[in-house]
Amino acid sequence: MQWEAVIGLEVHVQLATKSKIFSGASTAFGAEPNTQACAVDLGLPGVLPVLNAEVVRMAVMFGLGIHAHINQTNIFARKNYFYPDLPKGYQTSQMDLPIVGKGYVDIPLDNGEMKRIGVTRAHLEEDAGKSLHEDFHGMTGIDLNRAGTPLLEIVSEPELCSAKEAVAYLKYIHGLIRYLGISDGNMAQGSMRCDANVSIRPKGETTLGTRAEIKNVNSFRFIEKAINFEIERQIDVLEAGGKVVQETRLYDSERDETRSMRGKEEANDYRYFPCPDLLPVVISDEDLRAIKEALPELPEQKRQRFMDKFKLSEYDATILTEERETAEYFEQVASQCGDAKLAANWMMGEIAARLNKNNLEITESPVPADRLAKLLSRLKDQTINGKGAKTAFEALWEGADDVDAVIEAKGLKQVTDTHAIAAIIDDIIAKHPEQVEQYKAADDAKRKKMIGFFVGQVMKASKGSANPGQVNQLLQQKLS
Amino acid sequence: MHELTIAELVQGLADKKFSSVELTQHYISRINQLDKKYNSFITVNEDEALNQAKQADQLRANGQANQFAGIPVAHKDIFCTKGIKTTCGSKMLANFVAPYESTVTEKFSQANFITLGKTNMDEFAMGSSNETSHFGSVCNPWDTKRVPGGSSGGSAAAVAAQLTPAATGTDTGGSIRQPAALCGITGIKPTYGRVSRWGMIAFASSLDQAGPMTRTAEDAALLLNVMSGFDCKDSTCVDQPVPDYTESLNQPLTGLRIGLPKEYFSAGIDSNVSKAIHAALDVYRQLGATIKEVSLPHTALSLPAYYVIAPAEASSNLSRFDGVRYGYRCETPENLEDLYKRSRGEGFGAEVKRRILVGTYALSAGYYDAYYIKAQKIRRLVKQDFTDVFNEVDVIMSPTAPTTAFNLGEKMDDPVAMYASDINTIAVNLAGLPAMSIPAGLVDGLPVGLQMIGNYFAEAKLLQVAHQFQQATDWHRQRPTALD
Repeated sequence: MQWEAVIGLEVHVQLATKSKIFSGASTAFGAEPNTQACAVDLGLPGVLPVLNAEVVRMAVMFGLGIHAHINQTNIFARKNYFYPDLPKGYQTSQMDLPIVGKGYVDIPLDNGEMKRIGVTRAHLEEDAGKSLHEDFHGMTGIDLNRAGTPLLEIVSEPELCSAKEAVAYLKYIHGLIRYLGISDGNMAQGSMRCDANVSIRPKGETTLGTRAEIKNVNSFRFIEKAINFEIERQIDVLEAGGKVVQETRLYDSERDETRSMRGKEEANDYRYFPCPDLLPVVISDEDLRAIKEALPELPEQKRQRFMDKFKLSEYDATILTEERETAEYFEQVASQCGDAKLAANWMMGEIAARLNKNNLEITESPVPADRLAKLLSRLKDQTINGKGAKTAFEALWEGADDVDAVIEAKGLKQVTDTHAIAAIIDDIIAKHPEQVEQYKAADDAKRKKMIGFFVGQVMKASKGSANPGQVNQLLQQKLS
Repeated sequence: MHELTIAELVQGLADKKFSSVELTQHYISRINQLDKKYNSFITVNEDEALNQAKQADQLRANGQANQFAGIPVAHKDIFCTKGIKTTCGSKMLANFVAPYESTVTEKFSQANFITLGKTNMDEFAMGSSNETSHFGSVCNPWDTKRVPGGSSGGSAAAVAAQLTPAATGTDTGGSIRQPAALCGITGIKPTYGRVSRWGMIAFASSLDQAGPMTRTAEDAALLLNVMSGFDCKDSTCVDQPVPDYTESLNQPLTGLRIGLPKEYFSAGIDSNVSKAIHAALDVYRQLGATIKEVSLPHTALSLPAYYVIAPAEASSNLSRFDGVRYGYRCETPENLEDLYKRSRGEGFGAEVKRRILVGTYALSAGYYDAYYIKAQKIRRLVKQDFTDVFNEVDVIMSPTAPTTAFNLGEKMDDPVAMYASDINTIAVNLAGLPAMSIPAGLVDGLPVGLQMIGNYFAEAKLLQVAHQFQQATDWHRQRPTALD
């Protein structure tokens, strides 16, 4: 049977505020345990929450970034459950009336097309602390530094059909929050975490299958693997005549598998009710307008601008605008070298491959934008050819900082002197009389294929320094 | 000295008739001597109180003393006080010392009041008789076989027994007014949001409000001046200017419109209590007020609505007492679940557990709409009732409690009968209105409280109405005959 997967994602984004959502304690990462937890974060008797206005602004920015309805009156609720790292015995979150209502994002698919994914809602909530199970002689330590850190939980519609789409969606969200400057999106530090609801159904079926929720997967790569594992697991279960049970599963990256964590029957009754310590949040039309006006250029606006200005395809424009830093790098290279198509090709080819291989961000690239732009200018003005550019790039990646010096030192300058090239061509023609005969006897179509042999020989003889276009042209003259 | 009101003590200190050290020592001695009978204090702050008194005297000697410097007060043991135990009347917090100070007690400290100690209360303020305290029942100074009311029973008894000139209380469903009535003192629950809840251990967040418990309305006005005001640490606190509550005390009551809600004089109100209230109302007529019957039609629904909303909030508010970070922890827990179950099972008393269970049930999936949502709808109707009546009258009056102080143990086995003793006080909390109780008579030697309910932020009006009555009568000057 043909199966199709249905995936919905819940993404938790840590908002980049200086202080916590309901207290004045710092949110900085990596402090000594319990040094950034005040009376409110500790859930001492008698303490009260006061909402950090900054988180409201950030959540609204996000809502506007996904074309969502903003609930100008929204309400905090208590989600009640016991856990040692949840100091108050409830998490302050939003249930009915979240700050961000329905919206959508457009994500690029591998086939070059775009797909619109619905976002059900996004709501504000506080993070819990951390339980530390090592170093306490069989006991558990609690670190409440993270307790009260502001989170935005973004819930997608179950409209993603593969692990790849899920990753594309996540990358878009990741890019967007960084464009907006509302989160550093650092997945390794937990600033962006993801739960995936995965179910499968026979292809063409419209009702949803029973879903499993995979908790807390913290990298794009693991999300892809976890979802793929889960889809395969569910197919195996159903094809063996079994039933998928509704449960929460944990992804184990070391074994690359998901494991059951708790079943539906063990699920908590969270007894949500409006938090009586907090008033409803009311966002005035004026505040909403001010936030809208202060929004930076968003990925999709940038995408459209790149398409219009640089004549890029929608797919290329989407890939290049996904992360703000990549877009800015590209735009600098394209403007400085004056050839956007060339810049785009290099960004998505050489640069992407190198960054990927070395696991680097664009901001960590050893070749800064202005240097790449200069290299591409040299390619464009024919000082060097494509092969020379790649050789030079290699040196720049290894740390060389002067493009012209590299070209000089490596002898990459193209030979554009017609006499010098002509001499090499004459030599090659003399050395290959047979091929010359065949060429002359051939029709135009065949000649086009055969000319490559001569070009190759000339390039080899020039040690790659001849301009291939020029060689081609001269050869055609001499052989006709 | 213990006969004097705060207003008189302020004058006495200013006139150097006595020092704060003398005054404080006098009260400490009284507590040490007499409180064995009443059990109104959980913690007596003897050494620190005398230190504070010395400092206050010093300030006075230097000419730097403010109005209240050196006046002793007691605080209900629900307010977190840095360095002094805050138990909330529970085994759960029997040894808890807060690392921070509540806004209310902080305001008293800043005004250089002396903290005599922390007063007894029903556990987590859940009770109407002060019998649910882990630290034992409080006895009513008018008759030690009787309850002082609750939950601020320790504060009420301590003021009535003249162990402190005044005390703070909190009121979630009548916890200031009912004990004030049963102990023959004056107590005011301000408008919800008038006094900061920061550092006041929460019972039901949307209902809790702190207020002063004093001998006179004038003292209540003086202390409310100290306690009131916006606090950025409490989101439900209202940012509205605080008037000087003493300013309008002496204005006459000519033309005052008093409403008597017929539902508050219905069956269940002791006939002698009713008589005493009507006698008090005659005084108001003489003072120039007009009195008419009004109706608050949803009164009968307020008790069930209250006993859904208050426990629902409490069930969540009390989740933090889990034995993990502070407070009571059971011996040798086997695992996490055992730690939770036994710490909470052993740390909470029966009434607290009953309310946690009721509240948890009311919020559960499948019951939430039928109970919690329904109760919130009733709450809006109750509020509307009052709004409608305040179009016609300035103040609503009724008996505070249906009876005078009942016997210790009388209602402990019948929670519903106990809850019914709050029948006249509860709707006020649901609506968030200010209300007072003042002494208005004696029945068989036991005090009767007159409740007066005002419109939102009409505390000044209530205090004026109470003060004028106290100028015309001396019920507030009556003291238990058994005293000393």
